[in-house]
Amino acid sequence: MTDNLDNRYAIRVENLVTHYGKRKILDGVTIAIRHGEIMSVMGGSGSGKSTLLRHILGLHRPTSGDIWVLGKNLPRLRQTEAFALRREMGVAFQGGALFGSMTVGDNVALPLREHTKLDENTIGIISRMKLEVVNLAGFEKLMPSELSGGMVKRAALARAIVMDPPLLFFDEPSAGLDPVVAAELDELILRLRDAMKMTIVVVTHELDSAFKISDRITVLDQGRILMSDSVEAVRNSDHERVQDLLNRRPRQEEIDPEAYLNRLTGEDV
Amino acid sequence: MKALHNVQHIAHHVGQRSVNVVDETGYLCSLFFECLYWTVLGRRNHQPVRLSAVLKEAMQIGITALLIIGILCMAVGVMLAIHSIDLLQRYGQESQVILAIGKSMSQEFAPLIVAILVAGRSGSAITARIGSMSESQEIDALRVIGINPVRFLAAPILLGMLLIVPCITLFGDVMGIMGGALYSITQLKMSLAIYLERTLKVLEAADIWKGLIKSLAFAVLIALVSIGQGFQARGGAEGVGRSTTRSVVVSICCIIITDMCITFMLSRV
Repeated sequence: MTDNLDNRYAIRVENLVTHYGKRKILDGVTIAIRHGEIMSVMGGSGSGKSTLLRHILGLHRPTSGDIWVLGKNLPRLRQTEAFALRREMGVAFQGGALFGSMTVGDNVALPLREHTKLDENTIGIISRMKLEVVNLAGFEKLMPSELSGGMVKRAALARAIVMDPPLLFFDEPSAGLDPVVAAELDELILRLRDAMKMTIVVVTHELDSAFKISDRITVLDQGRILMSDSVEAVRNSDHERVQDLLNRRPRQEEIDPEAYLNRLTGEDV
Repeated sequence: MKALHNVQHIAHHVGQRSVNVVDETGYLCSLFFECLYWTVLGRRNHQPVRLSAVLKEAMQIGITALLIIGILCMAVGVMLAIHSIDLLQRYGQESQVILAIGKSMSQEFAPLIVAILVAGRSGSAITARIGSMSESQEIDALRVIGINPVRFLAAPILLGMLLIVPCITLFGDVMGIMGGALYSITQLKMSLAIYLERTLKVLEAADIWKGLIKSLAFAVLIALVSIGQGFQARGGAEGVGRSTTRSVVVSICCIIITDMCITFMLSRV
């Protein structure tokens, strides 16, 4: 089945399981994201949050489970249908992923050139408008290599919103940015949601940022969802791993001496 | 017991390699058909392969390589003339050098030299470019923008190769024959005009066509191998470097083996 009549949710992930080789990365993940809300997906490194994002974007096929995006079951769509659905999504990748051979203006204009029949003049105006939204007016002639880290992220955001998609995704938006620029980006995300009524999913491990911008937070650990609730509920959670994450406490693992020895001698490989 | 173990190890290694070769060949075939699909049906799916992109690729692959191709083909023409005159003089047939150079340049040497040069120069650049794009998530960015990377990146390269490689092969034919002529006219004591007139007399259309058929096959091989290696590049800068080297080595091996097969088949026609 590729259509879902439940319109309450923009994105619904059901019992998602995925493996890389023999390693289970996501283990029965189920979340639902309502229209117009900002959902942050948090978790430590290797918890599976970026993998979850890649599945929602349709860049990976899951081992099992359903991913409903705007009423379509993404893993079951044909390639051309999946490409059509992705036009409803904007993504700001962690490193920006701007095309190095194109100017900033051409990067932002690319989705318009590929998916619309607008004339170059109109495309130029829309691109400049979007660059202005992210405070990059006048930078359209520069190459991505001439921009700072924060500017690259903002240019990537301008490209992500140029088609006014209903869904917007951020992969670690604040990573590598100084606190002031990171705070500006948070403000920008809130402004976008309010102005354009977008549903926004933010994958992050920046606590301050997640608490500031989110309506709800999903906490992932070792491929499983620990909790998915409001900011307050997450903040006040008495779940041990959630508290570890919030208080930046290292994981306390019990060490089995035999397993440890086997690992060192390579006998468990 | 140890000998048996070694035989098992070698058999396993050979088997694994064979599976990899079949796997890779299958991947390149699917890439070829996907390029054809987007070329023919892209417009119907609102994702046309753009002529401007094809011409840009053709320009990068061919036009900027004209000088080096001209010099190398001319040098090979001179070498062919030196050897041919030396050999033919023993039988008093040195005037047949015109036939030898004309036929061998157009049927064999020009297509081969051009293909090896394009594989080394443009093939490696294509692999490095696509590999770097893959590493910096630019390919993922294309997918989430709703642009098929095969249509946007691979098809223009394949079409550009098919367009330009036969053209520069013809240029190589001319330069090779000119190189041979420049040496031969001093040895045979004849004017350049007479040499070229005799060359045109002995050359048949089939000689040129045979060379062009080879150049088309080489163009497809170079494009598919270099694009395929680029898309499969993994492991950061080192991985991209490894794929680039592999692209050149595999391309040149494929070119020489294909050359042998086509020469055999055309000799039976």
